[in-house]
Amino acid sequence: MHAIHVSGLTKTFGSRRALDDVSLTIAPGEMVALIGASGSGKSTLLRHLSGFVAGDCGEICICGEAVQNGGRIARNVRDLRSHIGFIFQQFNLVGRLTLLTNVLTGQLHRIPTHRSLLRIFTRKERDLGLQALAEVGMERYAFQRASTLSGGQQQRAAIARALVQGAKVVLADEPIASLDPESSRKVMEILARVNREHGCAVLVSLHQVDVALRYCPRVVAMRDGRVVYDGPAAGLSPEFLKDLYCCDPEAASAGAPPAGAPEPVALPLAA
Amino acid sequence: MQTATPAKTVDPSGGFSRSSLGSLLIWGLVLGVLAWSWQGAEIRPMALIGDSANMAEFAAGFFPPNFADWRIHVSEMIVTVQIAIWGTVLAVVCAVPFGLLSSSNIAPAWIYQPVRRLMDAARAINEMVFAMLFIVAVGLGPFAGVLALWVHTTGILAKLFSEAVEAIDPQPVEGIRATGANVLEEIVYGVIPQVMPLWVSYTLYRFESNVRSASVVGMVGAGGIGVTLYDVIRSFDYAQTCAVMLIIIAFVTVIDLISARIRKTLM
Repeated sequence: MHAIHVSGLTKTFGSRRALDDVSLTIAPGEMVALIGASGSGKSTLLRHLSGFVAGDCGEICICGEAVQNGGRIARNVRDLRSHIGFIFQQFNLVGRLTLLTNVLTGQLHRIPTHRSLLRIFTRKERDLGLQALAEVGMERYAFQRASTLSGGQQQRAAIARALVQGAKVVLADEPIASLDPESSRKVMEILARVNREHGCAVLVSLHQVDVALRYCPRVVAMRDGRVVYDGPAAGLSPEFLKDLYCCDPEAASAGAPPAGAPEPVALPLAA
Repeated sequence: MQTATPAKTVDPSGGFSRSSLGSLLIWGLVLGVLAWSWQGAEIRPMALIGDSANMAEFAAGFFPPNFADWRIHVSEMIVTVQIAIWGTVLAVVCAVPFGLLSSSNIAPAWIYQPVRRLMDAARAINEMVFAMLFIVAVGLGPFAGVLALWVHTTGILAKLFSEAVEAIDPQPVEGIRATGANVLEEIVYGVIPQVMPLWVSYTLYRFESNVRSASVVGMVGAGGIGVTLYDVIRSFDYAQTCAVMLIIIAFVTVIDLISARIRKTLM
């Protein structure tokens, strides 16, 4: 069974093809980088994988279950999302809640609603949260509000949230694009450890090719909504990379994290 | 002279002259409305001067204030505050769901449009009117006042609450959604923490207003200090009226100060 299976996924925004017949298969326990210039469709693909957006056609399965098929999002998408840890560029923690509460939200799908709505967590559930925070080295800040912490610290807590979730697949959308180099290194190392020790399949979109090459054995490159390379990191030639980023010179200068502009997000809660 | 002439020749029909004509028209209209309303409101400034002796005598009647029945007045004032407390609490309980349901980023249009109109209706009718209606339903007394404040305040708070909800950052909500949480959990963990400070602030502000309103709904018989105030005014007992007014002012001031302090620490 594949961790992630995408076939023939197409999405148009107006007249622009954001995703053009994308097919992709990722096995359990793989760590894959998704690279490409800004606007090449990396974020859009990840958002489709977790069922935030419906494609025009094509099918997406996570752990063998269909998230969407032919433009229709599965009815049980909320159940399926519980298997997917999603790491956002802007962390998306709730600033006024403590780090621990933020992390505990990872297990909302396992807790009966009457208890979760009153924010009552059992001792065991709290311990799980603290344990996850310890794993990313953030247990000291468990009772601080998320908004009081730096970007790198928030991103590590966001990974702890995915751990508490018990995710089998981790999707990371530019997780280090707004972090300094040292925080970026820590976050990438934690992601690599999650992949190694928890056996999660990790698909991480990155703007920096050097980071992708260092952490991911396999690389998927996108351009104008199409997969233009899918194979071992070693197989990427400098000419290909230069060509891939031809319209995006700032990313070609490796190392410097560009201010990746997040794509506009429409967010009706009833989705 | 010479510099002004070309400007006119460039744009002879519009621009400067047209806008000045327009503003003249608006001023004429404003003055017209004022004159028209003056007649309707029967404003007679001469009466203030002509009857100044009456006014002085009337004002003198208020002093010194007569605090003989202060125990009764204070206990009625406490009832007034109690009316305001329950009117506000019940309104908050209703305004939370109604506020969420009238937020365009939470509910679909076919829900939030009718809910908003319902809240508009609750807000449009003054609490005095509701008080008179509820007196018919539940009889004279403070409970009618509570019901009146409840309905009116629900309309106001639901609107204020939903405006706060519509201004939230959607990203944390998406973070909660990504964990597989259901819609209610998204609201409790993603939305409510973001709007809480504003909601509390609005609630305290409405509580202050409701203490003032509660002292008026009594005038139609819905309990509290308003009943007393109405009685002493109708019996021309201005020394007592003055005492009652001073007690209201003292209570309202203290409550305003306390709630302003609480709101300041929250923001």
